Amino acid sequence: MNPWPFVISAYWVAICLTAGLLVWAFVSMRRAEAAADDLKRK
Amino acid sequence: MHALANPARFLRFAKPATTWLLLVGFMLAVGGVAAGLTLTPPDYLQGETVRILYIHVPSAWLGMAGWGGIAAASVSQLVWRHPLAAVGGRAVAPAGATFAAICLITGSIWGRPTWGTWWEWDGRLTSMLVLFFLYLGYIALASAERERGGEGRITAIYGLVGAINLPIIHYSVLWWRTLHQGESIGLTGSTIDNSILWPLPLTMIGFTCLFGAATVMRMRAELAEAKVEARMRRMGRE
Repeated sequence: MNPWPFVISAYWVAICLTAGLLVWAFVSMRRAEAAADDLKRK
Repeated sequence: MHALANPARFLRFAKPATTWLLLVGFMLAVGGVAAGLTLTPPDYLQGETVRILYIHVPSAWLGMAGWGGIAAASVSQLVWRHPLAAVGGRAVAPAGATFAAICLITGSIWGRPTWGTWWEWDGRLTSMLVLFFLYLGYIALASAERERGGEGRITAIYGLVGAINLPIIHYSVLWWRTLHQGESIGLTGSTIDNSILWPLPLTMIGFTCLFGAATVMRMRAELAEAKVEARMRRMGRE
């Protein structure tokens, strides 16, 4: 059994889920902080 | 910790910390992953599949450490009424759930060529799956309690009760000797050869920094949302 498809798919899953978590956390933080700043200016 | 109890003081620390955690985490994780994929030799028994270790072990550690963080936040909230404890617990949960899921998926992918099966109802695998479901329950409960305007005390109690699963996961390989191998890395040393082991600290520290960055960013988002809600309520009264 060729092990590389298993190794590559495991890394792919780990990288995609970690990147997804970080992007989601970053976007939600920027959106919330922008809304707070907008309201403060108003 | 008490020095950071004030949200304004916490934000002064959190803003530079986010950048540093992302930078250091990204460099170490990429370096460790690249080294694990290209610079280490294959294992004499597992062959190339041993490379999955460099992502599976950090995700297992972070899945468990995340719930340790939730338990610590729960104690801080229930005993000392730390103002950021509930925010911290809610911020850790998505990162912990993500790494618990990575641990389960990468373990399953490793199991197919090594054990000949994707899944087995073994003590370690089952208790890790329970941890993942505990995270989902925590996220749902915290969100429901927040929507109702609660202080998060029920969520904190759930976080403490769920911590019972942590020693079960840790000792599962000793209590039920089924498919998952015993402990390979302990406080006193490791049974893995150094030629294979050396990239592991890089991915462990790198992914831990990225976990920290995700948690701090979620805390900042929660604090900003709370600020907006408070201001809207004040404007509604005026």
